[in-house]
Amino acid sequence: MSFHPNDIVRRGRAASVIVCGVLVFLLSAFFRAQVLKNQQYVLQSEENRLRQIPTAAPRGAILDRNNKPIAENVVGYSVALLAQSEDTLRATLTRLRGTIQLSNKQFEDAVRRFRRDRTRPTVIVQDASFDVVSVLEEHRMEFPSLIIQSAPKRIYPDGQAVGAFVGYISEISEGELANLSSAGYKAGQLVGKQGLEKQYEKELRGREGVQFVEVDARNRIVLNGRARQDVTPQEGPPLYTNIDLDLQEFIHTMFADTIAAAAVAMVPQTGEVLALYSSPAIDPNRFVGGVPASYYDSLNNDPRTPLYNKALQATQPPGSTFKLATAVMALQDSLIDFNTHMPQACNGYYYFGNRTWHCWQKSGHGNLALAGAIAQSCDVYFYQLGQRLTLSRLIAGGIELGFDKRSGIDLPEENRPHYPTSIEYFNQKYGPRGWTAGSTELNLAIGQGENSQTVVNMARFYSALATDGNAPTPMIKRGAPKKSHTIHLAPEQLAELRKAMMGVVAAGGTAAGAAIKGVQVAGKTGTAQTMRFDKNGKPLYWAWFAGMAPAEDPKIVVVVMVPNVTFEGSTSARFATQIIQHYLHAQIANTIENTG
Amino acid sequence: MAASRRINVDLALVAAALILTVFGLAIVFSAGQTDFRTPATGAWKAQLAWAGVGIVAAFGVSRASVRLIEWLTVPVYVLTLLLLAALLVGLGSGAGTATSTSGWLTIAGHRLGQPAELAKLTVVLMLARVLAQNRTAPKSMLELWKPLLVAGAPLLLIMAQGDLGTSIVFVGIFFAMLFWAGVPWQLLILLASPVVSLILGFDSRIWGAWFLLLLALVLWYKPYLGEGLFVVAANVMMGIVGPILWEHMKPYRQNRLRVFLDPSIDARGSGYHVIQSQIAIGSGGWFGRGYLNGPQKRLAFLPEQYTDFIFAVVGEELGFIGVMIAIALFLFLFLRVIRISERANDSFSSLVAFGLLASWFTHVLENVGMTLNLMPITGIPLPFFSYGGSFMLACWLAIGILARISSEGRGGVGGPLKV
Repeated sequence: MSFHPNDIVRRGRAASVIVCGVLVFLLSAFFRAQVLKNQQYVLQSEENRLRQIPTAAPRGAILDRNNKPIAENVVGYSVALLAQSEDTLRATLTRLRGTIQLSNKQFEDAVRRFRRDRTRPTVIVQDASFDVVSVLEEHRMEFPSLIIQSAPKRIYPDGQAVGAFVGYISEISEGELANLSSAGYKAGQLVGKQGLEKQYEKELRGREGVQFVEVDARNRIVLNGRARQDVTPQEGPPLYTNIDLDLQEFIHTMFADTIAAAAVAMVPQTGEVLALYSSPAIDPNRFVGGVPASYYDSLNNDPRTPLYNKALQATQPPGSTFKLATAVMALQDSLIDFNTHMPQACNGYYYFGNRTWHCWQKSGHGNLALAGAIAQSCDVYFYQLGQRLTLSRLIAGGIELGFDKRSGIDLPEENRPHYPTSIEYFNQKYGPRGWTAGSTELNLAIGQGENSQTVVNMARFYSALATDGNAPTPMIKRGAPKKSHTIHLAPEQLAELRKAMMGVVAAGGTAAGAAIKGVQVAGKTGTAQTMRFDKNGKPLYWAWFAGMAPAEDPKIVVVVMVPNVTFEGSTSARFATQIIQHYLHAQIANTIENTG
Repeated sequence: MAASRRINVDLALVAAALILTVFGLAIVFSAGQTDFRTPATGAWKAQLAWAGVGIVAAFGVSRASVRLIEWLTVPVYVLTLLLLAALLVGLGSGAGTATSTSGWLTIAGHRLGQPAELAKLTVVLMLARVLAQNRTAPKSMLELWKPLLVAGAPLLLIMAQGDLGTSIVFVGIFFAMLFWAGVPWQLLILLASPVVSLILGFDSRIWGAWFLLLLALVLWYKPYLGEGLFVVAANVMMGIVGPILWEHMKPYRQNRLRVFLDPSIDARGSGYHVIQSQIAIGSGGWFGRGYLNGPQKRLAFLPEQYTDFIFAVVGEELGFIGVMIAIALFLFLFLRVIRISERANDSFSSLVAFGLLASWFTHVLENVGMTLNLMPITGIPLPFFSYGGSFMLACWLAIGILARISSEGRGGVGGPLKV
């Protein structure tokens, strides 16, 4: 080799330059990555190691008028999993089955949730029992990707008593998500499904928090909670309602789930809904987070249709409770006054159009004025009153009184009542020759035929009767009352009507047996034919009672409806007056307590 | 020439090696500090033991005269070839990023070591011996048949194990030592040109440009006619063979090269390593995430954090400052070894020193470059850092040899300290 010192020095210098050059080049690459692009890589590193675990916010409590809880939250636990892929999720779920019980449905639900949103932890058990949680905590090391979180659990302390209006919460569905994603809803969250929970969903929901956990390359959780400052969830504000939980419970005990029935109680001046009940009751607690199939089937197969809300959804002919509406229309038009008698006295039937129209009292009521006709619910009197009003006036009057519209109660389930909106309606339904105005007048006048009302809408009408003619919108949420002036009668006339209704619950009235001591109740029974019969061949009725008390200055309006029974409106009256009695006694007791 | 029992220790050399070893041990320890156990967890203990063995061995080697080493060169080289051949007849097994290869000498299930690490040392010795025999530097390729054979035999044996990465080190050693022996740079380029053609063969336009440059070089340098024709023919052939060879490459190796151009095409597969390594290094910033605290390492996002990608731990935990210190230490060591080569007493010693430098330099360039995707991923370890007994031992043996060469050399390097 060429080993002359000069050559060596020259090559040594070249080698040094190359070595320095290459290492400086390497350093410059590190400078670029570590100093210039540092922020970008720090972000990627944080994305690698931090997972955002959403922490559910407690929903706002739902409180009754005395601030007793209708819906509240207790501490529960949810179990979720951080999965990298569907395969690892399935593998872990299969391993979990060796430790806790997982139904096939839970298994598939978890896979479905993972597919819907991979960025959120996959919830496996929405509401884990303490046993499950403690078993899992013991096996924590075997399942390092498991997240056991305390999650607020919704409970309804009075369960069945409030099932008719409170609703329940459950996992958001695909459809709801499509509608609500703009409002910040995410897959896997719980939303109100019915009743108040649905109606006031956006107010009740709190703000979801975030917990940061640190995971390793295989999504195993290394640091739980201290990885970064958590965002604490914010509880939703409470919903203050007008419901009287005590009264609600009383009604629940009274019906005791033995019969199908509905009841609505309101403060007539303001529309505050004191109670709303549908029997047999459902237990909203069992619907939270997914109703068990066995429970749902038992409800679904019950002939008394507990899943059908009889106060809000069911519509049926109001029967004689509608006679007050007929009377109001006639009085408004000054066709009659309280002393007006009809041309034909009642001897149990009325001839019209080649047909005999019976009064419910086959022996007849004799010659009655309006007050007596109301007290004894004389059909023959109201047949003639209907004819005097004419069909077009009956239709227009019914619309003015709101019988074709929802009451407007703040619940999503309310159905619209059915009431003809024009004569054209009959032509379309039956053909121009398929009906006659005369018999339609007779039917409508006594609350039969093309007229079917919800219990809550009848309560609205009777509230107008109980006050100055203003019909309040039934409101469960506390707030300023909304009213519309629907009955255009003088206060004395309204007082006269109430006086007439006092006769219903007095000796000789149709609900005389429902009278209660110490309180004068005014009201009206209704017995609408269902055209169905029980197994003994007895006709079945919708038995109504709409009433108010104290009659002189009503503080409560109650409407009770019992479908498909052989007994008549007078029995419903007994339920109604018990509700009234309980409410007023409690009021008196409260007053004494507060003043003494 | 009798070996003296006492030598002038090149303090700067030994100090640089010691500091690098301690630095490396500290990083191997940190690499084991993860939230869930990895194979790296207890690795530092074995590494410490191997460093101890290496230092003792280095001390022993430094007692032996360079002449003794030169005399031993041929038998050790032959032994190396035999060991490499043994791997091919069923005594080899794979490990680390290169599990599909068979670089480990394994007898009855016990892994004894990696003969390739030994080969890096003995090839340097053997090349030095062969090149030192020439009075003048080789001027033609025919004169280079001996060094080509010396470096080529182990290279082919190692490539046959499936370890492409390690063979790159031999290429580096070979060219660097020819350069140090005074072979003209034009000849080196002609020699390397077929490999360049092989790489550039994938694009005919780039290859065409390269080919024109090469022709110009041939006309200027005027090698023997036969040689010139051979180089041109070899380049043409490689340009054609390149794409065909690519087709026949093992998929994992194809992917490594593809991913080198854009790691994100397979971010969860073959691109994963380098992406995570870049994140680890980049997130280190100026001062790093703190010793033992690098999240990428701690949470096992960084794979092979105690072997091939150990430098990413330096970058993540100690930041750019730590990287600068490590690179500066290597630079110091390299310049020191160049100086030893310059001042060596005879051409064999000088060539050995420069060959060892070339070996380390290739390792550092490839390994550190790979962590930032400047180099394709290969299983080449980082000297004094990467976990691995054979390599640690080989590095310290090299230090021992260099210390000896330094003490026998001119100019009293390292001061008059007698040990």
